Amino acid sequence: MPAFIIRRLAQSVFVMLVVAMVAFLMFNYVGDPVHQMVGIETSMQEREALREALGLNDPPLVQFARFVGHAVQGKFGLSYQYKRPVAELFEERLPATLELSLVAALFSLVIGIPMGVYTGLHRSGFLSRVFMTFSLIGISLPTFLIGILLIFVFAVILGWLPSYGRGEVVAIGGWTTGLLTVSGLKALIMPAITLGMFQLTLIMRLIRSEMLEVLRTDYIKFARARGLTDRAINFGHALKNTLVPVITITGLQIGSIIAFAIITETVFQWPGMGLLFLQAIHNVDIPIMSAYLILVAFFFVVINLIVDILYYVVDPRLRVDIGKAGGHG
Amino acid sequence: MRKLLFGMTLVVAVAALCLSPLSAPAQAKTLKWAFQGDLMSLDPHSLNETFLIGFLGNVYEGLVRRGPNLEIEPALAERWEIKEPTRWRFYLRKGVKFHNGNPFTADDVIFSYHRAMSEGSDFKTRVSTVKEMKKIDDYTVDVITKAPNPILISEWASWFIMDKEWCEKHGATESANVKSGKENYATRHENGTGAFIVTERQKDVKTVLEPYKGWWDKPKHNLTRVIFTPISSDATRVAALLSGEVDMMYPVPVQDIKRIDKHAGTSVLVGPELRTIFLGMNQTYDELPCSDIKGKNPLKDVRVRKAIYQAIDIQAIKKKIMRGLSEPSALMISPKLFPSYAKDFKRYPYDPAASKKLLAEAGYPNGFTMCMDAPNNRYVNDEQIAQAVVSMLAKVGIKVNLKAQPKAQYFKKVLSYDTEFYLLGWTPSSFDSWNVLYNLIDTRDPKTGRGKFNLGGYSNPKIDALTDKILSETDIAKRNLMIKEAYELLNKDVGYIPLHQQSLAWGKKDNVDLVQRADNVFMLYFVNIK
Repeated sequence: MPAFIIRRLAQSVFVMLVVAMVAFLMFNYVGDPVHQMVGIETSMQEREALREALGLNDPPLVQFARFVGHAVQGKFGLSYQYKRPVAELFEERLPATLELSLVAALFSLVIGIPMGVYTGLHRSGFLSRVFMTFSLIGISLPTFLIGILLIFVFAVILGWLPSYGRGEVVAIGGWTTGLLTVSGLKALIMPAITLGMFQLTLIMRLIRSEMLEVLRTDYIKFARARGLTDRAINFGHALKNTLVPVITITGLQIGSIIAFAIITETVFQWPGMGLLFLQAIHNVDIPIMSAYLILVAFFFVVINLIVDILYYVVDPRLRVDIGKAGGHG
Repeated sequence: MRKLLFGMTLVVAVAALCLSPLSAPAQAKTLKWAFQGDLMSLDPHSLNETFLIGFLGNVYEGLVRRGPNLEIEPALAERWEIKEPTRWRFYLRKGVKFHNGNPFTADDVIFSYHRAMSEGSDFKTRVSTVKEMKKIDDYTVDVITKAPNPILISEWASWFIMDKEWCEKHGATESANVKSGKENYATRHENGTGAFIVTERQKDVKTVLEPYKGWWDKPKHNLTRVIFTPISSDATRVAALLSGEVDMMYPVPVQDIKRIDKHAGTSVLVGPELRTIFLGMNQTYDELPCSDIKGKNPLKDVRVRKAIYQAIDIQAIKKKIMRGLSEPSALMISPKLFPSYAKDFKRYPYDPAASKKLLAEAGYPNGFTMCMDAPNNRYVNDEQIAQAVVSMLAKVGIKVNLKAQPKAQYFKKVLSYDTEFYLLGWTPSSFDSWNVLYNLIDTRDPKTGRGKFNLGGYSNPKIDALTDKILSETDIAKRNLMIKEAYELLNKDVGYIPLHQQSLAWGKKDNVDLVQRADNVFMLYFVNIK
């Protein structure tokens, strides 16, 4: 197990290097940061001098090497636009994004799993059909549209929820949380639903199809023959056996929730990393863009690692396999 | 199953509890407002951006300031006189205090001049015509210019004065510089003399301002607190106004104006902006790389340029694309900024037949092809305007391949003079024609920086000569005549095709009384909440 984790971590470093490299190659096509950094009247000579001083005239590989050299020391430089350390900007925004992502993931699990189980057990019930129709909407509507619809219903027409921002936050150490204030909780509702909607429907549909599959298997029939209660069968046996794919998907989805919070954060002016990143793209703020991409790659890698470890907890067969196959994934 | 249903009911119930109506309406004198982006910095010399400088104008002040109609008013300088053509004497206002209580003196003015000239500053052009600043006494400063400059102070409403002692104490004597890799104290703290103090600032969340009790001027506003929030998504910004969460916001997307006007209690304030949107044509290349005409550049021929001009139906652009929110322009400057003679200028009439005839005369009876560059996120409906131009030119036989890109890529391309035909906008920061002539219209000279935004390379030596005279002419009537002559020459050459001045649109609640300045700057000291 420790050997496996170490191997995984080594792979992660490689993945992150590749991400950084691809990002740097892309930066050649996003535009010229210098024109975004100065007012329109700045002379061409001054622009050129600034470009030279920032090292933007060096070949991408040299810039890349310099970036990696600094990044391993934890230095991401100053943002071109804000003229503040990038690391600090991310520290400020990380809590907002993580809080939103985790609440959205939790929302999708807490609502999605019961709905999936229900629709799996009562395939043709009225409620099941309602759920299935609802899930189609969730899967087919783009995130920003859901967000804007929610805003117009709950903020403009009903006036129940705030249309933007994070409400009042409480600082605990270096972490800011909106979970402890009423306005913070209210502000969280719509973004979390918007962000978690797609995952919710995905999980619901996944559980449903897995449940249908599992309920047909022999051991469920045996369990019924043994006279176990419906509850023990459905939740103790059937649901538990559907969990491996659910964990995989959920894990991967948490990664994408964090990464794709960009859109939700923009719609709701949620002060997280995604909003910062989107504005950075607008202004070709390369230090922020590169740091963000590395950070998201890091999240994906860590989450995948956790998912792999969870497999062992849930599925005893894998614990045996690992010895023979010598690796996983 | 029952448990499941119970659980879900519980969730719904909890949700319903949280959904109690939003807390009571905002206090009477608190103004909440939103803009599409946040302040990049609090350093008044770091970035020459309209919004940033406009916002900081509430906190910092210059020697002069602009009134509701953009007229120059005394601010930190009580009065001034021109001693010699190159020597201006400024008498500073006495008894002014910075927000930290430090007195404002001549040393602060001279310090701010040097700071604006420091490496990281984006305001060098504001003070670059100054040769020297001399302290006469604590409240008198002499400014010596390199050459006579009658419009010296026209750009100084946005050159802000900082406190020397405060900057020295916090190591902020130079403007924030990315190259240094170090943060500057002034990026996140302010110490101005202006009407408002920044009391709280969370990047991308909110910036809170409160009136400065020690302000030297008599406040015309009745605010006790101002909360500014950036909201980047257009739809959300509109929603925030409609739901009453903000009292004022801008810009209003063109398509939402009706909606806000119809909604009870909110309305949109529309007015002409100073920026002129225009088309530029490459007149330096010997051959347009994109064109099917080889060996020569059709755009060098004035008849072709005029043909393009007359093929554009500016009223259709106004009606269909700008939804009435633009003012077609015959000048490269807003008529507001050249009131004396602006009325004498008329656009060449829209006339596709004349256009075709001109093309035939120039030797292109079947038209030609070329490429066009336009931004798609810089000006109001920029890409749509360019598309309309493309389809209008197609009707007279000129086939244009449009490349509309985000501003970051667009500016990279056109500012390296790599363009055949482009759409650009310009607001002269001095609100004066000399800036337009010098930057956009004069012959390009890489050594002096003259004509650096003349991206198409139009050149007329007569205009160049006029520009020099205009710079130093102190007789306003004579000066205006020379400006008029320069614009006439330009129009005769069809060096550029001016399109229009776009409109400003600000959304506000009906109980908010404010002044909409044509430079799109929102000054808080004009705001009253009823």
